[in-house]
Amino acid sequence: MASIDIAGIRKAYGPVPVLHGIDLSIHDGEFVVLVGPSGCGKTTLLRMIAGLEDISTGEIRIDGRRVNDLEPKDRDIAMVFQSYALYPHMTVAENMSYSLRLRRTARERIASAISGAASKLGLDALMARRPRALSGGQRQRVAMGRAIVRAPKAFLFDEPLSNLDARLREQMRGEIKKLHQSLGATSIYVTHDQIEAMTLADRIVAMNSGVVQQVGSPLDLYDRPANLFVAGFIGSPAMNMFDGTYRAGGPAIEVEGGYRIPLRRALQAADGTGITIGIRPEHIPVGAAGEGGIPAKVELVEPTGLGTILHVRPFGATLKAFTLSRDATAVGDTVAIRLPAEWLHLFDAQSGQRLS
Amino acid sequence: MTAVAHPAQLQRDQRRLLRRVALASEPWLYSSPALILIIAVMLVPLALGISYAFRDVRLLNPFSGGFVGLQHFEALAGDRNFTRALKNTLWWAGASVFFQFALGLILALLLDRPFRGRAIAQALVFLPWAVPSFLSGLNWAWLFNPVVGPLPHWLFALGLFDAPNNILSDPQNAMWGPIIANVWWGVPFFAITLLAALQAIPRDLYEAASIDGANAFQRFWSITLPFLAPTIAITILLRTVWISNFADLIIVMTNGGPADRTQIVASYIFTQAFRRLDFGYASAIALVLLLLLMAYSLLIVLLRQTMLRKA
Amino acid sequence: MTRPKRIAGTIAHRGAILLYIIFALFPLYWLLKVSVTPNDLLYSEGVLLWPSRASIEHYLFVLEHSDFPRFFRNSVIVSGATAFIVTILASCAGYALSRFAFRGKYWIVALMLLTQMFPLVMLVAPIFKMLSPLGLTNSLTGLVIVYVAFNVPFATFLMQSFFDGIPKDLEEAAMIDGATRFRAFSQIILPLTLPGIAATLGFVFTAAWSELLFALMLISSAGVSTFPVGLLSFVSKFSVDFGQMMAAGVLALIPACLFFLFIQRYLVQGLTAGAVKG
Repeated sequence: MASIDIAGIRKAYGPVPVLHGIDLSIHDGEFVVLVGPSGCGKTTLLRMIAGLEDISTGEIRIDGRRVNDLEPKDRDIAMVFQSYALYPHMTVAENMSYSLRLRRTARERIASAISGAASKLGLDALMARRPRALSGGQRQRVAMGRAIVRAPKAFLFDEPLSNLDARLREQMRGEIKKLHQSLGATSIYVTHDQIEAMTLADRIVAMNSGVVQQVGSPLDLYDRPANLFVAGFIGSPAMNMFDGTYRAGGPAIEVEGGYRIPLRRALQAADGTGITIGIRPEHIPVGAAGEGGIPAKVELVEPTGLGTILHVRPFGATLKAFTLSRDATAVGDTVAIRLPAEWLHLFDAQSGQRLS
Repeated sequence: MTAVAHPAQLQRDQRRLLRRVALASEPWLYSSPALILIIAVMLVPLALGISYAFRDVRLLNPFSGGFVGLQHFEALAGDRNFTRALKNTLWWAGASVFFQFALGLILALLLDRPFRGRAIAQALVFLPWAVPSFLSGLNWAWLFNPVVGPLPHWLFALGLFDAPNNILSDPQNAMWGPIIANVWWGVPFFAITLLAALQAIPRDLYEAASIDGANAFQRFWSITLPFLAPTIAITILLRTVWISNFADLIIVMTNGGPADRTQIVASYIFTQAFRRLDFGYASAIALVLLLLLMAYSLLIVLLRQTMLRKA
Repeated sequence: MTRPKRIAGTIAHRGAILLYIIFALFPLYWLLKVSVTPNDLLYSEGVLLWPSRASIEHYLFVLEHSDFPRFFRNSVIVSGATAFIVTILASCAGYALSRFAFRGKYWIVALMLLTQMFPLVMLVAPIFKMLSPLGLTNSLTGLVIVYVAFNVPFATFLMQSFFDGIPKDLEEAAMIDGATRFRAFSQIILPLTLPGIAATLGFVFTAAWSELLFALMLISSAGVSTFPVGLLSFVSKFSVDFGQMMAAGVLALIPACLFFLFIQRYLVQGLTAGAVKG
């Protein structure tokens, strides 16, 4: 197992820059998830670590060793592809043993390595099958088995669950997590699904437009998002966001309709600054009209079984509130919502950065 | 910062440069054997051939090879055989491509939907392409020969001929012989190419159109044709050029006759080169043909660009 | 669609296909028919669809008393060698065009397209003059070299489209597993393009088998004639012996047709750049 250090990485395809300076230190045995929307550069970064893309500027070290100029085969890393990339004309056993056979490993060592990985992944019964005779989930596991057999310094995952249906994805998520717990391998995992990021990661690296937006533990990103992008990306249902103006005299935030949301502390911002306020749906208490708070009209009711998502309109913006109860509230009713100051996330409307 | 580069840095830069060079040359390594052969056997002779057009090169005359400037081209301008060959080429290429395309398209449409026995039908119907072109020429020549072939007799019986003659000896209609042989031989190529293109059209488009109320002809017009258009354009362009250069059938079936009525430019070149061994003159004709074909291709490409721009 | 309409449609469809099949096979059938018509019945039964008495006398004559077996053998050697060499060269070049984006790629493609466009007759004279000092005229080797060069461009396009249908992931996975690119190419990718290889072999074999002009130009002695040249000289020698000529024609057809029947399915697949999913 190894640590991976990424320093000052920039990447451009011809004149088009894709990564604008990435610095990251991944510790030995850590499970790091690179998450972000399509085109943010996460896959490019992963492929540069793997050696499948050239590095324009910067340095990547695996276990302290500079790997910029090394071929993928010399970096001692294993990769699980989104499409699994299983060799179609080989059986499961041959797929998994290919890398060992390339290194002329002794047959007994190959056999024990394969059977070890196979039993960990529940593949014992499938060893003689060809990939086309396997289901999506089984192929996924073979892809992982192929990686495990290598006993590499690090595992790289390129959106491995994207091709699976929702139910299977849930199941495989759990299996990947269990595998990491048992192997303790350094892993870099790329996904656009924030749930995968939250559940699997030791640390999340949120990326957008080729720049790292925030690095931290899942709960760090959830509780204290550094900017609007992270705030809106992490968490489902997504964080509510609406506009307001900072009033130093208060201190408070003034929103449309003249409502003032009082703050506990003054912000490091000038009076009159445009503010974007964020608050998570589960942090908006909803009560009956007249019980104090801001009156709001109910526009939509979404029962999820676990609870209910209410789309309410207190002032100009529509907010989603999530309650764990089965509300009898109907569309058109008026309710009273509150916006407690301790759950507010305040961002500068111009820069999107978090304000303290 | 030290003024002297660190030795490890130097070594690293060297390695990096080597790797860069190795990576950049990889595609060339893979493609060079093919490229070298093409350059040696096709481009060098092409250059040579173009030069022959301006020299007097006769195979039997060891003293030939001198530069004669535009002498050949002057002769060409006044050569009636050449002008006739040009006209014949238009006739030959136009009719061949038209029928090959029309029949090929129909065949492709027929084969596009699955039916029992399709695999066998497909194999049988594409078989003519496997027949060596000149053998197809001989074959059809024999079919048209009233001595051993049925066609003159059947055409006579159908009233299209006033006597069971050999079409190949009829100066008026001799061209049809090679054209029919060419169509027979060439329909599979068009059919295969168009079939491949047809099968690439997503089926749900047809389904959506059916639901919208389109009948078979409307579906063909609004879905199939637009999708097929680029393939059709390229294929017709390439085949027209190729057929204009295709002399085998004519040489085998009529040898340009009767009385040079079926001589096309390509077969005329061959006659000059092979029979009269006048390489210089033959190369001049070939150069003119090449330029004409390039002009034609350029025209089509420009046409396509303007059409794309309008769309 | 109502049932009678559908049935009528199907009948029309099958009928049309049948017409095409007849059109395609009739000339070949006629060739066969005349080749088994004994000489005495040749002229009297000219128009019948099958001779009243079939005989294989023409085949026997062609096989035993003519140079035809030698022509056949020469053609097999030339076409086989050409197909084999072209497939190797085209696989490598097609792979390069499919996988790499490099400066000069555009020029290579343009060059290959160009070679498909100019009249090959134009090269007859120069190639003759180039090969004769090398002693490669009137030799099978010279012919193979020329044929290989002529067929490589189209074969490269064919192989390229097959390679395009194989996802790049597979090589990347192999390279991460420890293979060099060449190993990944030969051990992983190439086996998956077997249909492409079959199509290319078949196509080039058929093309080389049928080539007439350059064989005519470069070969002058009967000992090294390929069968197109041989058959033509046969035709002029036996200008009225149709039965024998047709027998020779049928014999010449067999390899090309067999080969083609096997690979035509792959040609359609190749032109559609058939996808290969794991």
